[in-house]
Amino acid sequence: MSVLDVPRPRAGRFGFWTFALGVVLLLLLYVTFMRFSRGLGATTNLTDRFPWGIWIGFDILCGVGLAAGAFTLMATVHLFHIEKFEPIVRPTLLTGYLGYLLVCVGLMYDLGQPWRIWHAIIYWNEHSVMFEVAWCVMLYTTVLTLEFSHIVFERMRWKTLLKVMHAINTPLVILGVLLSTLHQSSLGTMYLIVPEKLHPLWYTQLLPLLFYISAVGAGLGMVIVESYLSGRAFGRELEMDLLEPLGRVMIVVLAIFGVLRLDILVHSGAITQVFQPIYESRMFLGEFGLGVVLPIVLLSFPRVRRSKGGLVIGAAFAVLGFVMYRLNVSITGFERSSGTHYVPSWMEMTVSIGLVAVGFAAFAIATKLLPIFPAHEHRAASRVRGH
Amino acid sequence: MSHALLLDTTRCIGCGACSAACKEQNGLPLEIEDRATAYTWTVVEKRGGQNVRRMCMHCLSPTCASVCPVGAMRKTPEGPVLYDSKKCIGCRYCIQACPFDVPKYQWDKAIPVVGKCIMCAPRLAKGLPTACASVCPTGATTFGERDELIAIARKRIAATPKKYVDHIYGLDEAGGTSVLLLSGVPFGQLGLRENLPKRPLGDLTWQVLSHVPDIVTMGGALLYGIYWITKRREYVQRIEGHGGEERP
Repeated sequence: MSVLDVPRPRAGRFGFWTFALGVVLLLLLYVTFMRFSRGLGATTNLTDRFPWGIWIGFDILCGVGLAAGAFTLMATVHLFHIEKFEPIVRPTLLTGYLGYLLVCVGLMYDLGQPWRIWHAIIYWNEHSVMFEVAWCVMLYTTVLTLEFSHIVFERMRWKTLLKVMHAINTPLVILGVLLSTLHQSSLGTMYLIVPEKLHPLWYTQLLPLLFYISAVGAGLGMVIVESYLSGRAFGRELEMDLLEPLGRVMIVVLAIFGVLRLDILVHSGAITQVFQPIYESRMFLGEFGLGVVLPIVLLSFPRVRRSKGGLVIGAAFAVLGFVMYRLNVSITGFERSSGTHYVPSWMEMTVSIGLVAVGFAAFAIATKLLPIFPAHEHRAASRVRGH
Repeated sequence: MSHALLLDTTRCIGCGACSAACKEQNGLPLEIEDRATAYTWTVVEKRGGQNVRRMCMHCLSPTCASVCPVGAMRKTPEGPVLYDSKKCIGCRYCIQACPFDVPKYQWDKAIPVVGKCIMCAPRLAKGLPTACASVCPTGATTFGERDELIAIARKRIAATPKKYVDHIYGLDEAGGTSVLLLSGVPFGQLGLRENLPKRPLGDLTWQVLSHVPDIVTMGGALLYGIYWITKRREYVQRIEGHGGEERP
């Protein structure tokens, strides 16, 4: 038994978290007012030397990556027909959908003139990675909305719409996988244009591939972590027979990522910097040790992987490592060339934490209103059948 | 027919006349700042014992124009790289990506835009040199055609090789620039990057982006193929399982 398995009184915890959420939302409201009335300079620690901070590094890069479980599982179940994973598709889809919605909201804070976001639709520059990113965000959010609407239609018992959704399901899932593939990789492509700025421990021509692979790993990790958290919150049993195989897949994905990452560093010669006593090498070792090596080792032990606590801790480290990788590429790797040390302001932190809190709250509300979890699903199905 | 500037740091006395003329010409706030900002498009910095003027390099293949999602940055055939503030959404990718750290943002504004040198495009249209070149008292800034300026720079290096580093900065950095620099000390000491590829940086992202249509078509076909095969396999299994029960 791990510490994580100890049940706690649910009512008390709920009170504390509701209070915490209220405080965070109040702060978020204040920061939002400041951000849009005073501008970016008054609210962030961003400068001309460091124009992108945690709103890009965390809210956008991590938000998109952690939503990757949605397309991975949609493909697994609907395209590869490995249907035993069906019961965890919906919570994963919800996570992905909320992730993307929050990315869109985060973008509103970061863009200097967010009310002009639609310019990307009329002014085209197909040479810009940001242009591709903008279209991927718009289109994949639309796809996720449609995929998610299936659940809403089921709840509302709108049978005609359900039939329509059923008919377009396969092309929609294929489109979703393609858009996700493009989007996850293009976030890495964005950094290809700064070979002279990004530290050699992170710069490589293969950034798009590394971003894609790491997103798949982190997306699966999030499925496990999110199942655990919702299980705790709603007193559900974990679907260990489904999550344990995901843990095994994670080992493979993390191993491919790790080997590729080291291979690139050896070929570029940057591997020699790993053991130099510099700030970047410490950040790299933290990211790689905690986020790649440790979860591979943990999950490789069948006893650890088959225990609830072990599986969740392994997955959580992979997610943490993913976040560190994204933050290192977007922030740590630029500090030396920019000649500055960037630390986010408390207001930047508030927005990032606030949006995560909003995500948790929205997840909790959605699971209460909609047939997300298997138990609900059966009830809904029997209700429809009884009709 | 492409206008250019030659900045000879060995001739610059750091008087700042260029900076003042620039502010007047472009209607910028007149306070003197010690570094380039959205409101100070050019400034003379003291680096490596020399006076080096910072301004937009007006790349032949600008990184900013490559990264801008809405095409707000544009290289004109006349030489200047222009910025259209009406298109800009404020993603700041140009600031992040510029190898010369040129575009600056109005961090203090609630409705901010980017600020950067436009090589006095309105003056060029009237057949006038840039404001900075017209006021420079020592000939540290020379206005002309790019090829002509390269020839002048080569002549200066050849005439007094001891005075100059044997390199024209901007000749092929990041694909070449319309602003060229001469220096008496290595360019790295002037705060200019010496690790830039000779190709335009936009090539690095375009070699990935140009494959997007392939990924969509081939990926789509592959995914549909997998879908069809796995569905078919399931169907066959169901039939066979069914038939197996019925046969005896």
